[in-house]
Amino acid sequence: MAIVKLKDIAQTRSGDKGNMVNIGVFAPNPAIYQIFIEKLSAARVKEHFIGLVEGEVARYELPNILALNFVCKEALEGGGSASLRLDNLGKCFGANMMRLELEVDDSLLAELRK
Amino acid sequence: MKKVRIGAAQGFYGDSIEAAVATAAKGNVQYLCFDALAELTMAILVKDKRKNEQAGFTKDLPMQMKALLPFVKEKGIKLLTNGGGINPLGAQQEILKVAREMGMSGLKVAVVTGDNVLDRIPEFLEKGYSLNHLETGEGIEAVKDRLEFANAYIGAKPIVEALRAGADIVVTGRTTDTAQFLAPLIYEYGWKEDEWDRLASGIFMGHLLECSAQSTGGNFSGNWQDIEGFDRMGYPIAEVSENGDFTISKVEEQGGLVTVDTVKEQMLYEIHDPSSYITPDVIVDLTSVHLENSGLNQVKVTGVRGKPQTDTLKVVMGYENGFAAQVVVGFAWPDALQKAKKVDEIIRTQLERYRWNYEEVRTDYLGYNSLSGPLAFEPEQELNEVYLRMAVKAKTKQEAARFSRLFPPLALNGPPSMSGFTGNSSPRALLGMWSTLIPRDEVENHVKVEVQEV
Repeated sequence: MAIVKLKDIAQTRSGDKGNMVNIGVFAPNPAIYQIFIEKLSAARVKEHFIGLVEGEVARYELPNILALNFVCKEALEGGGSASLRLDNLGKCFGANMMRLELEVDDSLLAELRK
Repeated sequence: MKKVRIGAAQGFYGDSIEAAVATAAKGNVQYLCFDALAELTMAILVKDKRKNEQAGFTKDLPMQMKALLPFVKEKGIKLLTNGGGINPLGAQQEILKVAREMGMSGLKVAVVTGDNVLDRIPEFLEKGYSLNHLETGEGIEAVKDRLEFANAYIGAKPIVEALRAGADIVVTGRTTDTAQFLAPLIYEYGWKEDEWDRLASGIFMGHLLECSAQSTGGNFSGNWQDIEGFDRMGYPIAEVSENGDFTISKVEEQGGLVTVDTVKEQMLYEIHDPSSYITPDVIVDLTSVHLENSGLNQVKVTGVRGKPQTDTLKVVMGYENGFAAQVVVGFAWPDALQKAKKVDEIIRTQLERYRWNYEEVRTDYLGYNSLSGPLAFEPEQELNEVYLRMAVKAKTKQEAARFSRLFPPLALNGPPSMSGFTGNSSPRALLGMWSTLIPRDEVENHVKVEVQEV
């Protein structure tokens, strides 16, 4: 087992709607997607974003494209046009998600590097 | 077999026109569709119109028309845009003016109105619609006297009507971005109002195209270093079959990359529940969508499902919500971060002593945590330099404006090597957003399509 950052095993993209931000997290293969299903819970993501996300986090599964979609409420201190944040449209939430660390089997990582 | 080819022309107000011109010249498309309006754009356009009654549509509209009208004339490409913003009638006149100046004739320009419901808010409240906030459930009383704009999101129907009336160019106010892309398909294929899967496919195609290069390699979080031609990105083109299935590509000579990996990132962009992406035209279900690399820079999309449209429409309103001011100032190594933090402390002490009570005072350190906040890693090495950015929220413009005056004296009075002061920018107005739902008929019964010919 190795601890890796999502940066090394996933794609992400985030966007805003009102005071909410959604973050798509995309797995490169079914085995990694299974790890996301098991370990990347809404609670885990909410904990990761403490200080940036004030509200609830919901998770949606898309096995058809091996992706999870996280919807974070109260995530922009009022929303794009009312927020003092520099990332007022939540464009960097995807990048910030990539900091999250997961335990992944070495053989799966070796396969990814091929 | 008949195919309809649609090109993305614009992803936001201020986008480059280069890719649209390349698609018009080499993309073999029949339609070019524009996404000109974000939530924030309406606020900008309201301010423009307040200064000048003729304004209120996106200012790049005449430039776009100059660049693309020759293709409309020569190739019969149709242009669909919601760049009419807060003044679609003015936008229509502007387009006609540009066409006349270019010596064109026989062009039909249609305009769609009826989305602007600002003057109808009292009527809606009288009828007993709560207009409560969609996200928070709050009542509208607190903001209803401060509203700057209120627009309902309208679907493809009036745009289809305009095409049926022979329009070469259709300009609208707040029709949805995806409606620009769906409308040509309903018009070309005669899709019925309850063919939900097909309508959903058209909307999803629009969703993948509406943010320009975001599905052709722009903002790609994968191996972005491998994307070629960032300086001349190609915008997506969709070739759509009658059953709604479609293939995404781009003009080959333009930059970018179209693969399942670039397209799927856009698939979830600003989507919430993927089984229920609610639009005025149809509820889209993305949970059985299949993406497939079908050739070099080609992705085939199948399996989009649709569910019946709701009987309400979303209305987004903006209300005045104070002013913000910010100051950015840099500090050099050694102890750059420590110096910046000291100045933050000094400023906050002064604010307290002067009793300048801002609603919010925010501090960020550029180069350290301004885009990641509490998630930032501790720097492994001491930073070469750090910029302190402080921002405040105030009730009035004057209160916001005086904030920046606190900083210049610190170049002499404060910690050493403060530099890179970027100057005083004038405060910007903050805008609160209010989303709500109202019965569909209340809006649709007021929607009008008018065509003029040059």
